[in-house]
Amino acid sequence: MTKLVLAAEEFTPPGVQDFFPPAIFGTVTKPMVLLVLSVLLIAAFWIAASRNLKLVPGKFQFAAESLYDVGRNGIAREQIGAKDFKPFVPLVITMFTFILVNNIFGLIPFVQFPTMAHIGFPLAVSLLVVYPVYHFVGFKRHGFFGYLKHQTIPPGTPWFVLPLMIPIEFFQKFIMNPLTLAIRVFAAMFAGHLLLLVFTLAGEFLLLNGGVMIVVAPVAFAFAIALTFLEALIMVLQAYIFALLSASYIGMALAEEH
Amino acid sequence: MVNTLYLGAEGGINPVIPHTSEIILGLISFLVLLFVISKFVTPKFEALYAERAAKIEGGIEKAEQAQAEAQKLLGQYKEQLAEARAEAARIRDDARAEGLQIIEELREQAQAESSRIVAQGQHQLDAQRAQIVAELRADLGRTAVELASKVVGESLEDEARRRGTVDRFLNELDAVAAPASK
Repeated sequence: MTKLVLAAEEFTPPGVQDFFPPAIFGTVTKPMVLLVLSVLLIAAFWIAASRNLKLVPGKFQFAAESLYDVGRNGIAREQIGAKDFKPFVPLVITMFTFILVNNIFGLIPFVQFPTMAHIGFPLAVSLLVVYPVYHFVGFKRHGFFGYLKHQTIPPGTPWFVLPLMIPIEFFQKFIMNPLTLAIRVFAAMFAGHLLLLVFTLAGEFLLLNGGVMIVVAPVAFAFAIALTFLEALIMVLQAYIFALLSASYIGMALAEEH
Repeated sequence: MVNTLYLGAEGGINPVIPHTSEIILGLISFLVLLFVISKFVTPKFEALYAERAAKIEGGIEKAEQAQAEAQKLLGQYKEQLAEARAEAARIRDDARAEGLQIIEELREQAQAESSRIVAQGQHQLDAQRAQIVAELRADLGRTAVELASKVVGESLEDEARRRGTVDRFLNELDAVAAPASK
């Protein structure tokens, strides 16, 4: 027991500082490099996939088409509607793959850093891309007041709840949506990575300095491995949710009277 | 406990406050990727989808056309077959009617011929009979008279009497023969 207490005092738990490694050179940090790398990787993948498309797809084309289908038919067409979804397909595909690859970076050996655990990146996409896009198309479709009415007054609302309804809807649609969109993926990546760090670092510490407690080390590693699988699921899921919700905001902004 | 202490000690970094540089970099990266994808990737995929849809629709249309064609041909064949059948039936009926007619005609002809032959025979018979009767009458008269003169021993020279006697005898003979012949 004393040994455990001793060990705990010597153990430096992972924390926020692990998400902010020192700059590689100048002001360039690891996530920045990873972000640029992700753009190169995704662009290379899509360009390679679309360079020689055939009516009857080969294996690689089939895989790429399946991914494209998730964005195009699974997300964009479902959420925006068959009439209007075409112009938003590139946006949805970009969001999905951009966030997916940056999340997956958290599991790639040696890279091992989910870029989206820095809130600046998802916030840039949600606040500066998704938010303007869906309000812009909404205003364009319904006119200024028409769109405000469309977004803040759900159809079938009795008149006496309108004073309550309009501020809530406005707050949600015009202020909270982009923030929650970014925070959702950021928090999932941050917490997931921290969890992985706790189990791996604790396992390592127990293995090296644990004394008798060394027997617990395999348990910690086993948890780390199990959590890695869970993380993989969450990473894909968060990318999907980000693209899905963005498409759904666009779809709601474009929808005719419900 | 240790963790909070540590966080407190580190102090300066708050993960919830975005870094301006990261927002700018994130936006630029995303827009570059969006540009690349919307410029080079999605048009090609959409073209492929359109081509594939067109191909499938074209295939379906072609199949439908072929089916319609086949249906039309089948209809034509059936119609022709029915026509041919009707034609055959008609020809058969005609042939049968014609056959009957021929048989009828032949029968009539045969009947006419046979009745003509019968009539002719009858005529000949009548003529022969009449001739024979006449000859016999003359013969019989002469013979009877000769026989009688021999028997009686006197010559019946008197023509008139002789004729009267013979005629009377023959008439009697006719009267006896006529009911028998009837």
